[in-house]
Amino acid sequence: MQKRSLTYYLLLAFFCLFVLFLYGPMITIFMLSMQGPDGGLTFPMRGFSFYWLGQVFQEQRVGNFIEPFVRSLILGAAVMAITIAASVLASMGFRQRFKGSTVIFYMTIASLIVPSILVSLGIGVVFQVMGWPTNWFTSGLGAHLTWTLPIAFLIMLGIFNRFNPSYEEAARDLGATDSKTFWEIVMPLIAPSLLGVGLLTFTLSYDEFTRTSLVSGQSNTLPLEIFGMTTNVTSPALYALGTLTTIFSASLILIAFFAYNAVVRRQQGKA
Amino acid sequence: MSETWKTLKPYALITPQTLVFLLFLVFPILMIGVVSFWEFNGYSMTPAFTLANYQGILTDVTFKTYLNTFKFLEMVWLATLLIGYPVAYFLAFHVPKLEWQILLFLVCTIPFWTSNIIRMISWVPLLGREGLVNQMFMGVGLIQQPMEFLLYSDFAVVLGMVHLYIIFMIAPIFNSLMRIERSLVTAAEDLGASGLQVFKEVILPLSAPGIAIGSIFIVTLVMGEFVTVRLMGGGQSASVGKLIQTQIGSLQYPLAAANAIVLLVVTMLIIVSILRVLDIRKEL
Repeated sequence: MQKRSLTYYLLLAFFCLFVLFLYGPMITIFMLSMQGPDGGLTFPMRGFSFYWLGQVFQEQRVGNFIEPFVRSLILGAAVMAITIAASVLASMGFRQRFKGSTVIFYMTIASLIVPSILVSLGIGVVFQVMGWPTNWFTSGLGAHLTWTLPIAFLIMLGIFNRFNPSYEEAARDLGATDSKTFWEIVMPLIAPSLLGVGLLTFTLSYDEFTRTSLVSGQSNTLPLEIFGMTTNVTSPALYALGTLTTIFSASLILIAFFAYNAVVRRQQGKA
Repeated sequence: MSETWKTLKPYALITPQTLVFLLFLVFPILMIGVVSFWEFNGYSMTPAFTLANYQGILTDVTFKTYLNTFKFLEMVWLATLLIGYPVAYFLAFHVPKLEWQILLFLVCTIPFWTSNIIRMISWVPLLGREGLVNQMFMGVGLIQQPMEFLLYSDFAVVLGMVHLYIIFMIAPIFNSLMRIERSLVTAAEDLGASGLQVFKEVILPLSAPGIAIGSIFIVTLVMGEFVTVRLMGGGQSASVGKLIQTQIGSLQYPLAAANAIVLLVVTMLIIVSILRVLDIRKEL
């Protein structure tokens, strides 16, 4: 063990402060959502109970959040399915050199870094010009894909970079067709990481706000509904809803990371 | 397997993804370009070729809004770099085991996957008039009146954006720091370089591409930003994104489109100038 320098302790302290900055605000609303029934929006906490967490499900408190929640679930699932299918195919295409791959690659990067208001406005304009009504499951879906697909694709590229091609070659040498090789060799090997990427995609979509906000049409997704509540809900029920939905996404993320980690370990063990 | 299929296969595989991008990214942005030249008569738009929309946005207000957006960008960029770099450096060079590095990096990443809206709301009980910060300062007796600038102000907007986007600075810097050959550091030390010299002459130049990528993310995120500006700025703060959003709200699509094209060009210019200073090609 090397001797710890002063720099180490300074940086460690800085890092701890940073983590506090990152999680501190979140923790305060967790705490405030556990107040007693006469709790307010600020400290000090008034009592301790699960009253407000229960109130989330009472319609009069936070409006109807069940329908937006269901919409977000459906949208997240659809985005996840399309993202997984398209990104797995595309990243497999990228294992081989082909003309135009750079253009496609940069288009993917562009999707990630173009200011999101342009995506939102662009899709809005297209729908307007075509005379189609915007809807969370059409224009909203498209907007989500421009965000989830590049991220999933980049992760999939990383997964296939580490992927050992000798299993597929063996299968092909034994006479397996492309699709048979895919379903019986590649798929089982990448399945756990797909679960990870899928869950990450789902949470990205579930929590997406900026790209959806201008093209969701009449019915809100959950983040849009919560955004609307910030102006008219003045009880800790808002914090309670925030707490619940954050716990929901955070647990999906943790499952995703562990699934991904498990498969990387397994592959390293085998290689 | 036939040769033709082998050359065609990658194209078949990338088709679905490419279609999605063409349909929901390339085509819409082209349409913004087209519509920005259309006529607008107050309630509907008609195909035409007019520069009126561009002339319409050449006003003092737009100019001031851009200046304000640049001010946000400058502060957010500086803050994310000054906070993000030490964090990434600590993770890459001072955390001994790979497992720990990954775990701590993950701790920094998790909030990124949760709701931005909730993360912004979370600042209210801390920064509001009766928030924790004001309570503490008043309790200690440092101030007599609650500080108003903490929430619903430009300060709050910058704080909110730093909080939301700093991971986009940390991740690329962490990545480029992790790639630095440790033997280079040892070599420099053996040649008698001090800790500061090692950092200045070896580590900082080698992590420059990471800084560049992080900066590009920050630029694109902040330039089009309107949610944080609305939620944390409380009505007074202005940004180009918010301006466009307001115009979309009143269905002034051609005007919003012209603004968006200008925004896109300005953003691209900033990115190009970042790329001129720092070469990132070897990172990709």
